[in-house]
Order: sequence, then structure tokens, then C-alpha cells
Amino acid sequence: MADDELSRAFAALADPTRRDIVARLAVGDATVGELAGPYDVSIQAVSKHIKVLAEAGLVSQSKDAQRRPCHLEAEIFGLLTKWIERYRLQAQARYDRLDAVLAEIDVEQRHPMDHRHLEQGAAS
Amino acid sequence: MSATSNRYRVSIEADPTVPMIRITRDFDATPAQLMRAHTDPELFARWVGPDGMDTKILDWDATTGGRWRYVAIRGSEKYGFHGCFHEVADDHIVQTFTFDGAPDGVALETLRFEDLGAGRTRLHAQSLVDSFEGRDQWLASGMETGIEEGYAKLDALVAELR
Repeated sequence: MADDELSRAFAALADPTRRDIVARLAVGDATVGELAGPYDVSIQAVSKHIKVLAEAGLVSQSKDAQRRPCHLEAEIFGLLTKWIERYRLQAQARYDRLDAVLAEIDVEQRHPMDHRHLEQGAAS
Repeated sequence: MSATSNRYRVSIEADPTVPMIRITRDFDATPAQLMRAHTDPELFARWVGPDGMDTKILDWDATTGGRWRYVAIRGSEKYGFHGCFHEVADDHIVQTFTFDGAPDGVALETLRFEDLGAGRTRLHAQSLVDSFEGRDQWLASGMETGIEEGYAKLDALVAELR
């Protein structure tokens, strides 16, 4: 998946109405008329949103069926999720390392005398 | 190390309305300890990563108006990063972050250490860049920067967490 495709997908999802449409389509295919129902917007406005989502590869509309239901392209969402998950795993690894550093700081602060005591014990 | 048995999960959010990435993560530490791990160069170099790379600090002044520069090294591979400490306060840091390979790109980062009491702290880290394209390229770049061999290990780690 090319960077510009990813950017287009994210840009398409920047609009709250389009996110709602995507959430609705995640439940099942729906026509533009059905999608327009719950919103205070015209069918034309919904059509425009669908066009943006389709150009971003997030939604497809079947050409043959008369109802032309809109369909969510689950695959591209899988890629977006996977991509963010990779980034998350990097952060996870980084902060797991930080845990180890913090544990050391903690021991050092709780028992500042232990080391000195041990050193003195060893010296005497 | 006892800390490894006590991992907290990182949560990450790519904001769809502004080009921002938000990360939150809990720690068994006080805000002061987290602050120290972020501002003491020797400690910072030990955890910032990426996995399998050594971090060499080249410049470090973790005070308001200060600056930082480090390079991540593995063999002949080198990736440099630099930025400014815009503000270093008791419980938060505001700083900039630039990858030397893309010198015009800059992220504005805010790190906030929220005291949860009982020796626990929640880190809120947010990074704001100047465009969605920049943010998305940055997210995508995480897939390349020296973590290939780390993936198997990380996958195992995640399996463990679930």
C-alpha cells in the first residue's frame, strides 16, 4: 500500500459524517438512500461522501445491481489497523525498556545506603 | 528484571481530525522518576531505542530553551535525530523532534506525566506534525527503522500480553 493511498484513506476519515457512514457500513451494505436516512443531509451530500470514500478505496459500490448498495472494503481497514499496530509495538518495546530503567532508579532511591553499607562491609 | 513481568499496554491513537498521534502508557514509577528517565541523557539513551540499536547522545541540555541531538547506530547504519526542549517543567516536557534525514519535517511533542498515586504514573505523549501526509509517512516509517528482526520477538510479546 503506497503512502499516498494511506494518506487518502486517513484524509477521507477526517470527516465525522464519513466516519459515521463507515461505522454504518461495517454492520452491513446499505444504499445511499438508506445511509442518508439518519442524517440531516441530502442524498446528494451522502453521494459526495461516498465518492470520497470510494476514491480512497475504503468503500465500493456494485455496478450491476439496481440498488447499488455501498460496501465497506474491510481489507484496507485491516491494513490501516496493522500499520498502526506496528507503530504501537515499537512504542511498546520502547516503554518496556523504560520500565527496566525505572525499576533501577527506584531501587537506587529506596536503598541508597545499601551499596555504601556493602562497600564498607567489604572494605573492613 | 522485575519490571519485565509487570508490563502495561501502550495505547495509540492516530487522530482523524488533526495530524496528531497520541500515546498513553502507565508506569510503576513516580512522575519525578519518569521525568528523570526522560531528561538524564545516560538513562534516556538506554531505553529510547529502536530495538537492537545503540543510542549515542551528541548534545543534551534538558532545560527550557535547551536542545538535544542523538544518533541511533547499528553497525554501519546511522539515524540522527535532533530537536529543542521548548519547556521542561515538573510534570511535563514540550519539545520538537526532527529526523536528520527529513530536516524540514518537525513534530511538536508534549509529554505529560500524570500522577495516579500509589507510585504509578500515566504518560500522555502527543506528537503533532504539519500535515496528514507527514503524519502518515511517519507512522509508515516505523515499519522500516531497524525493527525487522525485532518483529518476531514483539509478536511473541504481544501474544503474551493477550
